[in-house]
Amino acid sequence: MKKNKGWFILFVGPILLAFLVVQIIPIFIGMYYSFTDWDGIGNQANWVGLQNYIEIFTQDEGFLHAFAFTTIFAIVSVFIINIIGFGLALLVTKEMKGNNFLRGIFFMPNLIGGLILGFIWQFIFIKAFDWIGAQLGVSALQGWLSTTMTGFWGLVILMSWQLSGYMMVIYISALQGIPESLKEAAAIDGANYLQRLRHIIIPLVAPAFTVGIFLSLSNAFKLFDQNLALTNGGPYNSTQMLALNIYSTAFTYNKLGLAQAKAVIFLFTVAIITLTQLYYNKKKEVEM
Amino acid sequence: MWKKKIKKIVLFIFSILLAVLFLSPLYIVFTNSFKTQKGIFMNVLSLPFGPFFTLENYKEAFIQLNFIHSFKNSLFITIFSTVFIIIFASMAAWMLVRTKTLYSQFIFFLFAASMLIPFQSVMLPLINVMGWLKMLHPVGLIFIYVGFGSSLSIILYHGFIKGIPKALEEAAIIDGCNTFQVFWKIIFPLLKPTTVTVSILNTMWIWNDFLLPQLVINKPQWHTIPLRMFYFFGQYSKKWNLALAGLVIAMIPIVIFYLSAQKHIIKGVTDGSIKS
Repeated sequence: MKKNKGWFILFVGPILLAFLVVQIIPIFIGMYYSFTDWDGIGNQANWVGLQNYIEIFTQDEGFLHAFAFTTIFAIVSVFIINIIGFGLALLVTKEMKGNNFLRGIFFMPNLIGGLILGFIWQFIFIKAFDWIGAQLGVSALQGWLSTTMTGFWGLVILMSWQLSGYMMVIYISALQGIPESLKEAAAIDGANYLQRLRHIIIPLVAPAFTVGIFLSLSNAFKLFDQNLALTNGGPYNSTQMLALNIYSTAFTYNKLGLAQAKAVIFLFTVAIITLTQLYYNKKKEVEM
Repeated sequence: MWKKKIKKIVLFIFSILLAVLFLSPLYIVFTNSFKTQKGIFMNVLSLPFGPFFTLENYKEAFIQLNFIHSFKNSLFITIFSTVFIIIFASMAAWMLVRTKTLYSQFIFFLFAASMLIPFQSVMLPLINVMGWLKMLHPVGLIFIYVGFGSSLSIILYHGFIKGIPKALEEAAIIDGCNTFQVFWKIIFPLLKPTTVTVSILNTMWIWNDFLLPQLVINKPQWHTIPLRMFYFFGQYSKKWNLALAGLVIAMIPIVIFYLSAQKHIIKGVTDGSIKS
C-alpha cells in the first residue's frame, strides 16, 4: 500500500481541505487581523501594531469584566455540575425501579439547543419565579435576571440543569466499570458507605472526573447561546461572558480588529486552562 | 431487613422528586403555552382550563415560525453535513491509521489539537474567507460543518480502526480489491458502532447550532429552526403565550428524536466524551 500516495490524497484530502480552510487558515489570518483596524467583513484592514492589545488591557473594562465573570462562572458551575452529575450517577446505579427512566429524564435537557434552553429559563426566572415569589411573599424570587447576582445564578442554574445529566452518563459508565467484588470485599472488611465512596469508588472513577471536569470547564468558558438567550449580557453588560463580548465588539460596535485580538486571547486562555486541567488531573489520577 | 427496605423507599421517593424538579421547567413552559396572555399573568402554575385555555398560540406561532420551511432547512443542512462528515472522516481516519509516516501522524495530531479551538476565535476570519470563496450560502455552510466536525469524528474512527486486524484487508487485496473497494466493502461495514456515535453527535450539534447559520446564511428563506426561533422570540418577547408555543414547537423534533433513539444517543454521547 506504500506506493499509493494517490490513494492517501484521495482519502484524506477532502476533509483535510475543509479542515484547513475552516479552522487552520482562519487562525493565522485571525492573528494578522488582530494587529489591524479591521472594521467590517470584507473591508480593508490597516496595520496598527499592538494597539488593539493595549486597548484591551488599558481601556476595555468590558472585556476584563467579562474575563472575570467567565472565570468565576466557570469555577462555580464546574463544581456544581460535577457534584450533581456524580450524585445522580450514584443514585441511578442503585438497584431501583425505573432506573433507566430516571436516567432518560436527567439526560434530556442536554439535547435541547442552548438558545431554546435560554428562552425557556428566561420565562421560568422572569415569569414563574416572579409569580411564585408574589404568592408566597418571598421577595428573593422576584426581579430575577434584572441584577448581576440573579443573572449570574440564573446562568449557573441553567448550565447545571443542562449539563449535569451529561456528566451523569459519563460517571455511570465509570461506576459500572468498578468490579463488584472490590466493593463487597470492602463491605465485608467493615467499611461503611462513605468510606467505600472515599477510598474505593472515587479513586477508581478518577479518570471520569478528568473527562467530566474537562468537558464542563471548556463548555463553561465557551458559553455563548445560553448567555445570549438568557440575559444577553444584561443588566448593562454585567453578565456578558467572553464569547458574547467578542461577538458584540465585532457586530454591535464593528470593531473587528479589536474583537479579533480578544479572540486570540480567548483562544490561548481556553487552550492553556484546559490543558493545565488535563495535565493536573492526569497526574492526580496516578497518585490516587 | 426492615431498615434496608425503608432506605430503599426513601431513596426511591427522593429520586422521583428530583425527576419532577428536573422536568418542572418543561412542564411549566408546556402548560402555559396553552394559556392566554391573561391566563399566564393570573396563575403560572395552574393547568390551562376554562376561559384561559387556547390553541390560538400554536396556530399563530406555527405560522410565524414558518415551521415547515425552517424544519426543512434544518433537516437539509443537518443531514447533508452529517453524511459528508461520516464519509470523509471515516475514509481519512482509516488512511491515517494504516499509513505509518511522519506526515500522517502530524495530520492526525493537527486534527486532535484543533479540538481546543473555540469557535469565536476563528469566526471573523472564517466569514471573511468564505466571502472570498463566494461560499456564504447553505452549501458553504455544509462545507464549514464538515471542517468543524472533522476533528472529533476522525478521533473516534481512528480509535476504533486501530483495533481492526490488518489481515482482513490483506486477504481482500489478494482477492483483487483496490483500496477504494477494500474500504467500502470490508472496513466501512465494520465501523457501524462508531458511525452511529459520529452521526448522533454531529446531528445534535448541527441541528441545535445557532451562531454559524446566523453568520453564514442570514437570509429569511434559509433560516433554520434555531435562527428562526431567535428572531421570533425577539419579536414576541412581551407576548409570552406566543413565545412559549413557539418554544414547544421548536422542541418537538428533538423530543421525537430522543424518544426514538434514546439508547443510541446516551451511548453515543458517552463514547464521544470519553474517547475525546
